[in-house]
Amino acid sequence: MKLQTNTLLALCSMLEFAAAPDRALSAAGIAAQYGASPHHLAKVLRALGRAGLLSAARGAGGGYRFRGNAKRLTLLDVIDLFEDIGRGTQAKRVRGRRRAGGDIEHAIDTVLAEIDETARATFGSITLETMLKLAARSRSG
Amino acid sequence: MTGEAGIAATRKRARGAEEGVAPPALRLRRARRADLAQVIEIDARTTGLRKAKYWSGVLRRYGSGRGPHWFLVAERAGRIEGYVIGEVRDWEFGAPPCGWVFAINVRPEARVGGIGARLLQAIGAGFRACGVRSLRTLLARDNALVLSFFRSQGLMAAPVIPLEKVLD
Repeated sequence: MKLQTNTLLALCSMLEFAAAPDRALSAAGIAAQYGASPHHLAKVLRALGRAGLLSAARGAGGGYRFRGNAKRLTLLDVIDLFEDIGRGTQAKRVRGRRRAGGDIEHAIDTVLAEIDETARATFGSITLETMLKLAARSRSG
Repeated sequence: MTGEAGIAATRKRARGAEEGVAPPALRLRRARRADLAQVIEIDARTTGLRKAKYWSGVLRRYGSGRGPHWFLVAERAGRIEGYVIGEVRDWEFGAPPCGWVFAINVRPEARVGGIGARLLQAIGAGFRACGVRSLRTLLARDNALVLSFFRSQGLMAAPVIPLEKVLD
């Protein structure tokens, strides 16, 4: 399973913001931490802001602040803003039926749909708070 | 107790907490026959089904305290706030035995207060005392609420894949 770079950056950023909900964090700081271009990350953060998950912080430092409930917000909520996991399967299935060899495509698509559904259920069941706990456990070995 | 009465009781407890009055302690213990009516009510509020016969059977099998079976309730001042049920199970295909949780529930108005976590910890301690090293459960992948709860308690995907077939 591989997520797009923007999606991964969004997840990492949201976890950084959720870990410090009282502080404004700068795009430059997060970009440096994850080896991303500040320009690229700024676009990701703007998308998260438009979705209401971050708010722009005023003042000298600027940056963004977490706006949301880490106990409720899931990884899937963030991922869905940047890419579709599993949503295209149905369309592909219909297209496959129309062509010769559609049965084979349909069979393959059924297996892919199973994987997608499992992935969506997994991402949809893990909140940001749970991820922060997981990260803390990883840190403590 | 009705839903509204339950919510009122929860608000009263919250007011008590604000005023510095300690809420009655939560006690975890084995389920008794006298608890069944409240357990059935909690289950019915979640599932919409009142299954008195089913719960009576569950109590007989898991409430006795004999063998590696647990039917625990969380009780506060005579009110059942939640329950958990499970057992140590042997597994087929060479998998080692594990602690199996097949039911956990908390009154909707008492949720997000750590009761589910305490119930899971308590049954986990029972499993550990029986020598098993893992706790497992199975639920529908669209049950986001309960899946999120188990995830928050540190459960990860098990090294097993549940399979099924529609029988013609």
